[in-house]
Amino acid sequence: MTVHSFQEKFDEKIDREDTIEPRDWMPDDYRKTLIRQISQHAHSEIVGMLPEGNWITRAPSLRRKAVLLAKVQDEGGHGLYLYSAAETLGITRDEMLEQLHSGKAKYSSIFNYPTTTWADMGAIGWLVDGAAIMNQVPLCRTSYGPYARAMVRVCKEESFHQRQGFEIMLTLAKGTEEQKKMAQDALDRWWWPSIMMFGPPDAESPNSESSMRWRIKRFSNDELRQKFIDVTVEQTKILGLTLPDKDLKWNEARGHYDYGAINWEEFWNVVKGNGPCNKERLETRRKAWEEGAWVREAALANAKKRAERKNKEASAA
Amino acid sequence: MSTQAENNYQNEWPLWEVFIRSKTGLDHKHAGSLHAADAQMAMENARDVYTRRMEGVSIWVVESKNIHASDPHESDSMYEPATDKIYRHPTFYDLPDELTHM
Amino acid sequence: MKELLKYTLQLADNALILGHRISEWCGHGPVLEQDIALTNTALDHLGQARSFYQYAAEQFNALPVSEKEHFFTSSAIQSIIKDGKQVDEDDLAYLRDGWDFRNTLLVEQPNKDWAYTIIRSFFYDVFNFFFYTELQKSTDVTLSAIAEKSLKEVTYHLRWSSEWVIRLGDGTDESAQRINEAIANRWQFTGELLTMSEAEKAVATSGIGVDLEKIKTLWKERVAAVFAEANLDVPANGWMHQGGKEGKHSEHLGYILAELQFVQRAYPNMQW
Repeated sequence: MTVHSFQEKFDEKIDREDTIEPRDWMPDDYRKTLIRQISQHAHSEIVGMLPEGNWITRAPSLRRKAVLLAKVQDEGGHGLYLYSAAETLGITRDEMLEQLHSGKAKYSSIFNYPTTTWADMGAIGWLVDGAAIMNQVPLCRTSYGPYARAMVRVCKEESFHQRQGFEIMLTLAKGTEEQKKMAQDALDRWWWPSIMMFGPPDAESPNSESSMRWRIKRFSNDELRQKFIDVTVEQTKILGLTLPDKDLKWNEARGHYDYGAINWEEFWNVVKGNGPCNKERLETRRKAWEEGAWVREAALANAKKRAERKNKEASAA
Repeated sequence: MSTQAENNYQNEWPLWEVFIRSKTGLDHKHAGSLHAADAQMAMENARDVYTRRMEGVSIWVVESKNIHASDPHESDSMYEPATDKIYRHPTFYDLPDELTHM
Repeated sequence: MKELLKYTLQLADNALILGHRISEWCGHGPVLEQDIALTNTALDHLGQARSFYQYAAEQFNALPVSEKEHFFTSSAIQSIIKDGKQVDEDDLAYLRDGWDFRNTLLVEQPNKDWAYTIIRSFFYDVFNFFFYTELQKSTDVTLSAIAEKSLKEVTYHLRWSSEWVIRLGDGTDESAQRINEAIANRWQFTGELLTMSEAEKAVATSGIGVDLEKIKTLWKERVAAVFAEANLDVPANGWMHQGGKEGKHSEHLGYILAELQFVQRAYPNMQW
């Protein structure tokens, strides 16, 4: 078969909503786009462990501590599933980690904001995980099989994350004046970064068109953002808190909430590395990796020794 | 299955495929992959990563490089010939409704 | 019985503080799979702590007010008693002062590196395995039930930490050097695990608690067996630190509690 016919077959499969599997022929750009997106997604999960991990030792009750620990651990698991999916495309996890550590690979900018109070655990679970779920549910039907299957597992496990976040917010919002203030403060700080999580507006999103064509992506950034805002406004009412956007109002004609201008300058600034915690987050990841090097080496060396001993025993017998 | 690229990362722990039996009586099913230095660790990692929500009662781990997969480009010759052998399926046979226990 | 309450708290505090220490690794492990594994262990310890605290709270709430008042010095707990309220698991974890914590010194020692963390877990897991095996026979049904459930978790912890002791001891030169250093520095906290406090003696006599004499040899034999496989030497007995079980702690506990209790202490009497 010629490249041309491979391409035709691939296009047919995509059009039929068929799944592409690791050993199937695929265009280079499709492979590259997937590696970039899946590894970015994986990096976001493991960098995302840090802002919440920051509060594990300070969680205010034993129940909250267990829940937070399990949640942050889940994020590690999700990173692992996603790295595995990317590995089926011919890149190793170590290579991806090197790209993260060198600053070449990106991860979700939201994790470059600091978690300054306990209420941030609520706001992250409710808003950040809420936005992530909005993004991730369509990915369960993405065209690349291993990615779709990883996302099915991720979405299944994530379902408790948003709920626990909302529960924290609700407890605070119904609590004392100090607690209400804590909840409102967290909402004020996390709202805009959360709606930026859907990425730049469609008109300025460079990779969107081909991703839609390949069914790696199924909804546009703006569509998902709107959907998120519409549901979150209603949820905020239950909390009795105020979203920090004066322009937010229901638009009868559109059937959606209108919202104020997003500060894209801030978004790009954080992407470029100037967010409040960019350097800290990367430094923490690098440190964990470097300090773990001798541990990883020791396990390999020991495995080798054991295998050699086993071989010797076998040949002696 | 994962095709690990030729690479300069020789110090990476090998990749393993994990198969889990979700409850007794069922087959082991592919659950995902992970890295581990040896089989014992792969088993423990599989337990810690893939059975945290009571997903399993039995685990198999196989080092990914030991899995042989069919080539998708040979799909036509591998799987097409089965499509016209419908007589292998019980519904192919037209039998009277009165017939029972069959 | 006050001795049983002290004993229950000791078990709870050990589990909480060790779980807290291990949870500090979450997000910082040497490889993703082990990060996840370690967090499972932290969650197990935390779960055990909660079971023991709940039982301790039950016992405390049943005490006459005159005895309650003299049990813990912290003003936060005193005010709960004054208000005629009951304490719960969180009050015991978050509102007691350091001198009322009865955990062993070993579990409050810092993580430092993977070798120190592994050896601390290993020494404790060996102890815990034989301890829970015995505690299953307790005449106190709550304790024996918790022991039975926990033993399954601890069996896995011991398997996991033993494997790592062997990997580090019989891995590279660097790993062997690091684990040896960790052993040399943590060994002096192992004596306390097997030395009975007054509370332990009292509950052991009545068949509720474990007679640690029974598991001393088992502990030593298991440590020696794993060390032998790991090419590691068991240190000579030497000086052993004591005091944690009686509320006399290292400086480390203060920092742990400063973090652990911060929110509850800074914003008292609130629901979280």
